[in-house]
Amino acid sequence: MYQYDSIDKAMLADRSAEFRGQVARRLAGELNEDQFKPLRLMNGLYLQLHAYMLRVAIPYGSLNSTQLRKLAWIGRTYDKGYGHFTTRTNLQFHWIKLRDTPDILDALASVDMHAIQTSGNCIRNTTTDPYAGATAEEVDDPRVWAEAIRQWSTLHPEFSFLPRKFKIAITAAAKDRTAAKVHDIGLMLKRARDGALGFEVIVGGGMGRTPYVGPTIREFLPVNRLLSYLEAILRVYNRHGRRDNIYKARIKILVAALGKDEFARQVDAEWAKIGEDADLPDTELARIRGAFAATRFEVLPAQSEAFEVARAETPAFARFVRNNLKPHKKSGYGIVEISLKGIGDTPGDASSDQMDVVADLAQLYGQDDIRVTHEQNLVLPHVKLDDVPKVWAALAEAGIATPNINLVSDIIACPGLDYCALANARAISIAQHIAEKFRDPDRAENVGELKIKISGCINACGHHHVGHIGILGVDKKGEEFYQLTLGGSGAEDAAVGSALGPALPYDKVAEAVDTLVEVYLRQRQDGERFLDTFRRTGVAPFKEAVYADAH
Amino acid sequence: MPTLIELKDGVCKGVEDSFTHVADDAEIPDGDVILSLTRFQTDGDRLLSAGRRVGVRLEPHEEVEALAYDLPRLSVVAPAFPKYRDGRAYSNARVLSERFKFKGQIRAVGDVLREQAGFMARCGFNAFEPADDASANEWQAATHRFRHVYQRSSDAHAPAFVERAS
Repeated sequence: MYQYDSIDKAMLADRSAEFRGQVARRLAGELNEDQFKPLRLMNGLYLQLHAYMLRVAIPYGSLNSTQLRKLAWIGRTYDKGYGHFTTRTNLQFHWIKLRDTPDILDALASVDMHAIQTSGNCIRNTTTDPYAGATAEEVDDPRVWAEAIRQWSTLHPEFSFLPRKFKIAITAAAKDRTAAKVHDIGLMLKRARDGALGFEVIVGGGMGRTPYVGPTIREFLPVNRLLSYLEAILRVYNRHGRRDNIYKARIKILVAALGKDEFARQVDAEWAKIGEDADLPDTELARIRGAFAATRFEVLPAQSEAFEVARAETPAFARFVRNNLKPHKKSGYGIVEISLKGIGDTPGDASSDQMDVVADLAQLYGQDDIRVTHEQNLVLPHVKLDDVPKVWAALAEAGIATPNINLVSDIIACPGLDYCALANARAISIAQHIAEKFRDPDRAENVGELKIKISGCINACGHHHVGHIGILGVDKKGEEFYQLTLGGSGAEDAAVGSALGPALPYDKVAEAVDTLVEVYLRQRQDGERFLDTFRRTGVAPFKEAVYADAH
Repeated sequence: MPTLIELKDGVCKGVEDSFTHVADDAEIPDGDVILSLTRFQTDGDRLLSAGRRVGVRLEPHEEVEALAYDLPRLSVVAPAFPKYRDGRAYSNARVLSERFKFKGQIRAVGDVLREQAGFMARCGFNAFEPADDASANEWQAATHRFRHVYQRSSDAHAPAFVERAS
């Protein structure tokens, strides 16, 4: 993992000191809320329905055990004993007091963490594949490039007041676990026939009111030209993105208005003028790459006896292995996914005690490496198969061994009306009702991969547009209604879902999902996922079933 | 008259401002003036030929490229921040400073707040009309809040990757 040096640490200390001064001025009444708002938003501090919310950055979703324990401690000390992992792979504390925030930022800085650029119209946390460095599918380690972007984008003098927030995702595997095509910029690492590494650059994807799957504006950008090219994109956007309407200010609107070819032409013209001076020198790239070098893998047989015995003897462990254990590039190792989607729980929430358990397991069995996924789960990327039974047992003890990764109850949901001032409707309890419907794990496994995503309003923080089943909360004369969409995907087969029909009342949503699943089970052909069946049959059978039931 | 703060060799100083901002519908007074781009396009040549010192205020939608051929004759270019959240002036300032190597004054005008002073200085601004009554000392502190920077920009600050290599 990347280790912060004295420069990285000094940046955080300076930032923390700056914010402490600003909070002191606010508490002393020298700044009113209007003046303070932009300053707190630069530090990830939101004022929500009930309290302040602090969003802590987890750069490219990567943590060590010391960091996770510190997050657990902050949750226990300053919040109600838990935190919420987000789709940007950050962590939110929802019950924070303003006067505690400078101390919290100092506590974060003590473990090389911060809340910089977790809000505001700037470049947000760059996300990447949670299996980076562990999957055989990748052509390069995407964290190298995510770290380069982290540094470049931190307190960027030109791009801290963009028309709107800006999100970048990087994947180096053909199977996209980052939703790259629905980001402001999606970078897909590729290897050319001659072995050279480059990025396919996708710009102007997004969700919100106007969802787009982003177009590719450059098929192959040599990797060492990344920063100058990003600078060109950001400059074109900073100068020409709309600022008159917050809902039309994302780069996707500019790209759609200009057309991708004209947008690409403007970027290329700017890029030519910027030149190579804006790129990172090879020495620095080599330094960053060195930080991610894998050194600690043992040479192990592909089969582990302890693992096979546990799998044969313990059906619950076997189920966990089927759903939560993913193949590792090294023989004798596995990638362990930890679901934060326990039946009846709030998607993405983890208690401080659970965080401590995961931190201990990472330290004991996982090379001190923990990842956060954009689907709001955690990952131990490097666990020996010999140790997987012990890891599973400890997770089960802590209540976080739910064997449902990618299944119907592995739901993304925004905080919704329970926390958020923007929401029209609850999202968390809808997720809980759906999960209840599929409590029987045999049935859930039989249904297979099914991605449900729920947003409490049109801002789409729950990514409903790219859910195989998407659920959007809307307000109808003061009542919570839900618009269902089908056929979306945030993965390599990205698509925006299409509406099923009229919105449904709160108490009919889980039932409708159940009906949709029944239709799928009747219609599916060999090996088809819900999404594949839907794409083959179209909306008709699904629509008919749901609205037949409703009448 | 608003206070003007100049940044030179890393030091912020309050100075007397010899320039007058001229509204588009106002008479042009004697002395040094800052005009809008439109006004400059009609009256600029005449004033410059008369040996006057002239500056141009650039609104965010006006790009500094429009001034490319006039830059050697201008004393001041003033990219404007109608609201501090409107970040287009940062791009204008960088292009002016890095691409056109403009040697005159690059002045931040409008909603110019000390919280953004560091960003402005890094983008090549070397003069500021603070809208928050900040003193030169406060501006000095604001532009020196961070000991290190991560990226190359228009200022002389060596980025982290250069510091690390040395």
